[in-house]
Amino acid sequence: MARFVIRYRAWLVWLIASSALVAYFAYAIQTPEAARPFMPGKTTHAHHQIELQCMACHAEPFKGRAGIQEACLSCHAKELKAMDDSHPISKFTDPRNADTLAKLDARQCVSCHSEHKAEITRPMGVTLPDDFCVRCHADVDKERPSHKGMDFVSCATGGCHNFHDNRALYEDFLIKHGHGETVKTDAGLPERGLKEFMVYMEYLDGEPITAAQMDGRVELKPTPAVIQNWEHTAHAKAGVNCSACHQVKDKKTDQLVWLKKPDHQVCASCHQPEVDGFLAGMHGMRLKNGLSPMQPGMAEQPMKPSAAHKSLSCTSCHSAHSFDTRRAAVESCLSCHDDGHTRAYKSSKHFGLWHEEVKGRGAKGSGVSCATCHLPRVEFLTPEDEQRILVQHNQNDNLRPNEKMVRTVCLNCHGLQFSLDALADKKLVADNFRGVPKKQIESIRMALEAEQRGDARKADAVSDEE
Amino acid sequence: MRKLISLSVLGCTMAMPAVASDWTHKDIADALHSIMEADRTVYTKLIVNRLQNQEKVIKASEHWKDDKALVLPAQMFRYGAEHVAEKGANFSYSLLSLWPVNKQNNAKTSVEKEGLKAVLGGDPYYKTEVLGGKKYFTAIYPDKAVAKACISCHNDHKDSPKKDFKMGDVMGGVVLRLPIK
Repeated sequence: MARFVIRYRAWLVWLIASSALVAYFAYAIQTPEAARPFMPGKTTHAHHQIELQCMACHAEPFKGRAGIQEACLSCHAKELKAMDDSHPISKFTDPRNADTLAKLDARQCVSCHSEHKAEITRPMGVTLPDDFCVRCHADVDKERPSHKGMDFVSCATGGCHNFHDNRALYEDFLIKHGHGETVKTDAGLPERGLKEFMVYMEYLDGEPITAAQMDGRVELKPTPAVIQNWEHTAHAKAGVNCSACHQVKDKKTDQLVWLKKPDHQVCASCHQPEVDGFLAGMHGMRLKNGLSPMQPGMAEQPMKPSAAHKSLSCTSCHSAHSFDTRRAAVESCLSCHDDGHTRAYKSSKHFGLWHEEVKGRGAKGSGVSCATCHLPRVEFLTPEDEQRILVQHNQNDNLRPNEKMVRTVCLNCHGLQFSLDALADKKLVADNFRGVPKKQIESIRMALEAEQRGDARKADAVSDEE
Repeated sequence: MRKLISLSVLGCTMAMPAVASDWTHKDIADALHSIMEADRTVYTKLIVNRLQNQEKVIKASEHWKDDKALVLPAQMFRYGAEHVAEKGANFSYSLLSLWPVNKQNNAKTSVEKEGLKAVLGGDPYYKTEVLGGKKYFTAIYPDKAVAKACISCHNDHKDSPKKDFKMGDVMGGVVLRLPIK
């Protein structure tokens, strides 16, 4: 044996070293902090929080591009469906588009959104040159003479086109909303109605309860402050007792146990779509991917140093027991965020309206908080196929690009032209909309002209028939 | 739904050589098309034309979600085709025209250009073609105006290149492709 070892020692050393290296590599790519040395390049703002969780995007080893595509869709498929993706994959799998695929393989997300390539990454994580539309739409001026001479780098500029989401940009929408005023006379937000929905679905009886009816006094020993906070919440008014959040089933014993600090999964038992939104956005994506909670200190956006080590969860914004949605809509945001747009908020007209509503002088739904725009109230089709107004807790859902905000947010109060112009004015956005837009986006004018030309054509056709 | 089940059954049939051996590509294409044409006609006549044109209960709109309206027959057809594609079926189909409202539905390949002209005579057109290095049996079937809703919508649409369609006219063609191994 000893002779064998001596004879083949070089091979044995090689074998042990190679095995150790493979084991280390396998361990590293599956262990977030150990993966750092293997990072091939900086990731985009969208994914930097989970960049050390290699498997989040690279899926199973050796699955190649198909694995990456699956990983993209595991997080983004729902939103693509919801936005009526203008370039769905099914459009490109038709053999008649084989020539188009040769120009741009739009079946794969990574054809346009390649990661770890900071030097060529542009907004929205696009890694193609600005004029990529030309590859398939070079002859657009034949169909749309108004586009003659336009540069292909301008297609996706504010208020014109978006590769995926054109819900606020399609021609008939521009025509329909093209004559709107700057500020609507009936400006205001839609009402939420979760309690009504829960009662309607018979998930809750909705009967209010008081402190005398609290059921967790012995097990949880709530302080007087906790009791007082809870008594004033929508929870107490809807009959949600201590046990609804603090009593959960133990997975091993299947017995009900009392829990001191319930996590987001407990909240999800009643607020599932809200929690789904939270986990899909910048605040919760680390939790979704099995990492420690996001802390402002990890963010790429400017944050307050005092908040650097705060761990984000449902209660970090909503405060356990008081669940003050007004605090969550402004003060919670301002306690961490420290960019120019945020700092300018309190001197904006939007905040003025919010202040009036909070003071009871403005009508319900007339104030504009951070959440009004960034965690908007949207129509949502529940898994039970019921429609309800939901607060979208993925604060990035309407920011890529920002004209996605038009339908769900701006049009509640403003006309389409003003909204598109304001969102395209970068300085105005940075100043939190103090002032008026400097430039007018041309798309509405072009759409209205196209409509007039169509009407003229129709009139010609009618007179020909006569 | 029935259409999808029928198409799935036929899709499975195509994937089983023992059963498919008696079927030529033309037979399979004709069978698939007969379902498509039947469902398309039923939707156009019984849903859109009846509710929009006859009973004036609800409109059909390209922007059906925003307008709380019925899906247009052409969209109904396309959504079905996309659903089939998403399921990974071994065939594809689309509704094309020499006068499309949506320019993406214009004839693109030489077979489509030739076939869409040929079906104006009222008979189907069959040919093999190579796309992206793969060989296909391509069948094109005439798509006729079966209801007033078809012609009024196309004749009135601002993006329609032809505004004098009459009932019974061939307005375009259903293009169906089966891969040839």
